[in-house]
Amino acid sequence: MTNSSVRFENVNRHFGGIKAVDKVSFDVKEAEFFTFLGPSGSGKTTCLRLIAGFEQADKGQIFISDKLVNSIPPYDRDVHTVFQDYALFPHMTVLDNVAYGLMIKKIPKPQRHKQAEQALEMVRLTGLGNRRPAQLSGGQRQRVALARALVGRPKILLLDEPLGALDLKLREQMQVELKELQTQVGITFIYVTHDQEEALSMSDRIAVFNHGKIEQLDHPRVIYEQPKTSFVAGFVGTSNLIEGQLAQKLSGQTSPFTIRPERIRLTQEIDTAPQTIKVAGTVHDIIYLGMYTRSHIQLDDGPLMTVHSQNLDSNSSSPKFHKGDRVNLSWAAEHMHHLEP
Amino acid sequence: MKDRISWPLGLATIAVLLFLHIPFLLILLYAFNTEEAAFTFPPPGLTTKWFAEAWRRQDLWAAISLSSRVAIIATLVAIILGTLAALALSRSKFFGRDSLSLIIILPIALPGIITGIALRSAFSLLGLKYSFWTIVLGHATFCIVLVFNNAVARLRRTSPSLIEASLDLGASSLQTFRHVVLPNLATALVTGGMLAFALSFDEVIVTTFTAGQQQTVPIWLLNQLTRPRDRPVTNVVAVFILLVTLLPILISTYLTRNLDDLSRTGK
Repeated sequence: MTNSSVRFENVNRHFGGIKAVDKVSFDVKEAEFFTFLGPSGSGKTTCLRLIAGFEQADKGQIFISDKLVNSIPPYDRDVHTVFQDYALFPHMTVLDNVAYGLMIKKIPKPQRHKQAEQALEMVRLTGLGNRRPAQLSGGQRQRVALARALVGRPKILLLDEPLGALDLKLREQMQVELKELQTQVGITFIYVTHDQEEALSMSDRIAVFNHGKIEQLDHPRVIYEQPKTSFVAGFVGTSNLIEGQLAQKLSGQTSPFTIRPERIRLTQEIDTAPQTIKVAGTVHDIIYLGMYTRSHIQLDDGPLMTVHSQNLDSNSSSPKFHKGDRVNLSWAAEHMHHLEP
Repeated sequence: MKDRISWPLGLATIAVLLFLHIPFLLILLYAFNTEEAAFTFPPPGLTTKWFAEAWRRQDLWAAISLSSRVAIIATLVAIILGTLAALALSRSKFFGRDSLSLIIILPIALPGIITGIALRSAFSLLGLKYSFWTIVLGHATFCIVLVFNNAVARLRRTSPSLIEASLDLGASSLQTFRHVVLPNLATALVTGGMLAFALSFDEVIVTTFTAGQQQTVPIWLLNQLTRPRDRPVTNVVAVFILLVTLLPILISTYLTRNLDDLSRTGK
């Protein structure tokens, strides 16, 4: 069994009347890549700040490496943070920024500069040590922030939406690099994001936050394939929620269920395969998205369904269906996922 | 394309600027006047003897020494208290924060005569005798405002996560102040301090109420004006005050000009 890195036990943090963090419990294992995923105001950043020590828990207990840390100030916690705005010290060079924590620990100058240079090398910024943060690009600053947080070899690295300010291509590249870096240094990463793709691609486990509570905590695949609540189903990827009478008619159960848009087939004729759920509707609109086509289908006696169909046929220049066409939707029974009532 | 200024507006601007600045030039000119008491234009002759005359005046030297000491001490007091007040008001939220901020800024908005009378009655109530320190106290009230305003403006433009980052990396509050807060505030404090010094050095009204019999340079100057003799000596001193107050203001303007690119680097 691996050791616990960060553990929350019924932690509360209220701001005035707002329950920013509401009885949250979780247990992050050592060397795990753990993600807090949720919309803004869901409590994920407050949880991160509770770990760093910038916020104090009103109730409950916070453990770092099995040690109760509720009343320990940030500078005595073996945890470093990569801030959303990077928080690089503008009056220092890049090298001095990276060496800051070592300077505070009174490590002699030549030694700390050597370590800082190694850290810069690790994030591929060799030779930029003499620059000022203002002279770097956004992506480079983000790497400096990483090097500064990692150079002291903390047990835990906290990352607060670190890729939020970068453009898409750079963000995708950094996702890969971050994951590699985590494997390389072998420490716990706790990562805050509102980007579900980022969470799915990097994390060992994801905690999905909503209104200060964790709605679901599991491995990325489980979060996506078996969402427990309609919030998780809707926030992580796109999902069609079917409830009420239609749910009973289609699945034979009273509880609502979700079905992912990419699991639904659209056909002109009625699908005759066994173990398939069939329902009819009218095309509301068709959106061509390159890799796939997104169709919205109005069910005869139900909601507007989203269907994603892969564009496998490169020759077809016109869409298969048009607005107003009658179509049949079908999916395998196993793809339906029933939510907790 | 830049908007062109219409010529009547340009002319009016030049006229106003001349109206404001020609007196300075006249003071400069009459500091070299050979005439003792009257201001005839043009001056009948030019001489530098008034500079030598001013140099020999012991009472003037005493006034300059007093003014300099007052300005230096008042500025130091202002830098320390102004910085602390700025940090307290920008970093924390508490009941009455806005009112407190207004109270700190008030002395510079209030007419000096109000501040002066208030301090005078406070001193007599406390039984304080007029001394060097009563002048310093009077000057510090408005010097603090300059430092405070500059520091608050700088703090507002610094990312609050800088302090958190420092704490996060193991620095205590004191180390954070020394290594992160102070270096980021430095130019703002120098700027505020320079302005405070300039303001203190030529302050008249509050000083009149808090100095008792002591003479700072501006008060010495006022007393000289009541005597018709040696008029050019006062012009020499006026030129001196002009330089002493103008230089810090020029330096601080120069410092703030570079401030824009300095403070945007937090991100």
